[in-house]
Amino acid sequence: MAEARATQGSGRQRGTDRRTFVTPEGVDLKLDIATIGERAGAFMLDLTVIVLTLVVLTIVLLLVLMGTGKALAQILLMIWLLGFFALRNGYFAIFELGPRAATPGKRLMRLRVVARDGSRLRGHQVVARNAMRELELFLPLSFLAYQSSAGMATFATGLFGLLWTGIFLLFPFFNRDRLRVGDLIAGTWVVRLPRRSLNHSVASRAEPEQARYAFTDAQLSVYGEFELQKLEEVLRRNDEYSMIVVARTIRERLGMAGVEGDEHGFLEAYYTALCQRLERNMLFGKRKKDKYQH
Amino acid sequence: MSGAASSQFASARFREARTVDWLELEQRILQIERGRAGSLSDEDLFELPVLYRAALSSLSVARETSLDADLVAYLEALCARSYFVLYGVQPPLRRRIAAFFGASWPLALRSLARETLIAVLMMLLGGIAAYCLVASDPSWYHSIVPEGLAGGRGPQSSAAELRQGLYDGGGDDSNMLGAFATYLFTHNAQIALMCFALGFAFGVPTLLLLVYNGCILGAFLAVFVSKGLGLPLAAWLTIHGTTELFAIAIAGAAGLRVGMALAFPGKLSRTAATARAGRTAAFAMIGVVLMLAVAGLLEGVGRQTITSDLIRVAIGGAALLGWLLYFYVMPVRSGDLDG
Repeated sequence: MAEARATQGSGRQRGTDRRTFVTPEGVDLKLDIATIGERAGAFMLDLTVIVLTLVVLTIVLLLVLMGTGKALAQILLMIWLLGFFALRNGYFAIFELGPRAATPGKRLMRLRVVARDGSRLRGHQVVARNAMRELELFLPLSFLAYQSSAGMATFATGLFGLLWTGIFLLFPFFNRDRLRVGDLIAGTWVVRLPRRSLNHSVASRAEPEQARYAFTDAQLSVYGEFELQKLEEVLRRNDEYSMIVVARTIRERLGMAGVEGDEHGFLEAYYTALCQRLERNMLFGKRKKDKYQH
Repeated sequence: MSGAASSQFASARFREARTVDWLELEQRILQIERGRAGSLSDEDLFELPVLYRAALSSLSVARETSLDADLVAYLEALCARSYFVLYGVQPPLRRRIAAFFGASWPLALRSLARETLIAVLMMLLGGIAAYCLVASDPSWYHSIVPEGLAGGRGPQSSAAELRQGLYDGGGDDSNMLGAFATYLFTHNAQIALMCFALGFAFGVPTLLLLVYNGCILGAFLAVFVSKGLGLPLAAWLTIHGTTELFAIAIAGAAGLRVGMALAFPGKLSRTAATARAGRTAAFAMIGVVLMLAVAGLLEGVGRQTITSDLIRVAIGGAALLGWLLYFYVMPVRSGDLDG
């Protein structure tokens, strides 16, 4: 199993998305940076909402215009222009200023905009990060339109423009924290903020005296914390096939002959016993990271 | 290992004793996240920080004593959500707006003064260059001013045509003043935002855009002056132009500040320097959008209804003076700078 796992330490943990985020109480919350896929997904959702809203707004205004004739034409046009402007520039900012600091798309992907220094997200940060969308999104789009509308003579110009603006669009690919240009200017980043519910512990609740399996000290000192947590995952997933495989592997390693068909019972008993032992050692300051550590 | 105590291990007991509090905290946080903070009683709210600290301490304990990965992940998620609810509280909107107009906006512009001056100089430079070019050879006009913007006006137009453009109240759609003003506002605001955003490319495109903006003005001026209409054009431009051009210069200055911080971060790290520049720039940009709304009104309504040169200049001059006094002279309490 993997030896090169992220070790605990301050600052960035190489190769992972975890970032240190210390609260004023001195506890590190270890936030996860959102992946590019999640952010792109959130953005697509938001874009869909914006376009749909714009279409609905236009249709409603056209219907009103047909109903009232020319009298209200000016006001309707003003509403449309301001509505378009507000949607294009204000949609993201207004939602991110709300209590959840996330647009509907981000909310759906369980993301949140957070100030990098850990303080609360300020209004000017939201404005800055969204004003930059002009550069990241609309400029490449305009070059794209330019390229497709103009002939071959300006093809090179369009292509060059597209490449140049692509640097800003693809900026999150080129840094560890997946900062957009806007994030960089605003001092923010986007983190994953999952909503988890508390599951039951997978340890067995049976009294040790009633347990069908008994393990010797030697058998319990084979595995470490990493394997324990993998076992926890297997038990939570409760997939019969993988439990059979895992149970067979563990039995072989422990040198135990076991009853076929009671894999869940065996794994649960072993998990409970191993967890108990490792946690007790932990209290005495003895930790066993994985099976390679003695 | 004997007796009832060992039947449950320490971490399970720990978990059982505290689960009620965690679930209680989760319930309240969920209410607040859904925007129903009002449904919580005062007592519930007072308890919230206590429950939050208890959950944080549970997290610390769980990390050191429990190997249940699911439990630790749950507590991490719960604590992070609570943290953002408890520490993310914003001051009331009215106070934030007051702080923006009373301190943040003028202070941002004061610190941008140098960049603003550079931006204005760039526009002047472009203006003078284009003026000289077009004055010496009118055919330059067409390569400087795009067809859409020229609207048929050019060196070939007669003085009468040009004069009509200046005083005619916007032609046949003079009853659409409101819509016209709105269009001008949204269009200009979009340009200004672009001018700011382009600053990220080390400020170079921003400078070019500023120079080009000046060029268009210079080219117009040269054509009108050659027909003896220099002063009327100046008046026509002044009424809204002082506000609008000032706003565009500020947008350029904000972009330059960001670009410079990115290129030359000084003693700070590059990310810290840009974030700091971004703060000033964002305040300035909110102001720019507001200024352009004013300019849109002056241009769309004021210019089309007021046809006297003198009043046009007076309004434009007063606006400029007002902005300058507000930005650079008005005393500012720099106490609360919350955005």
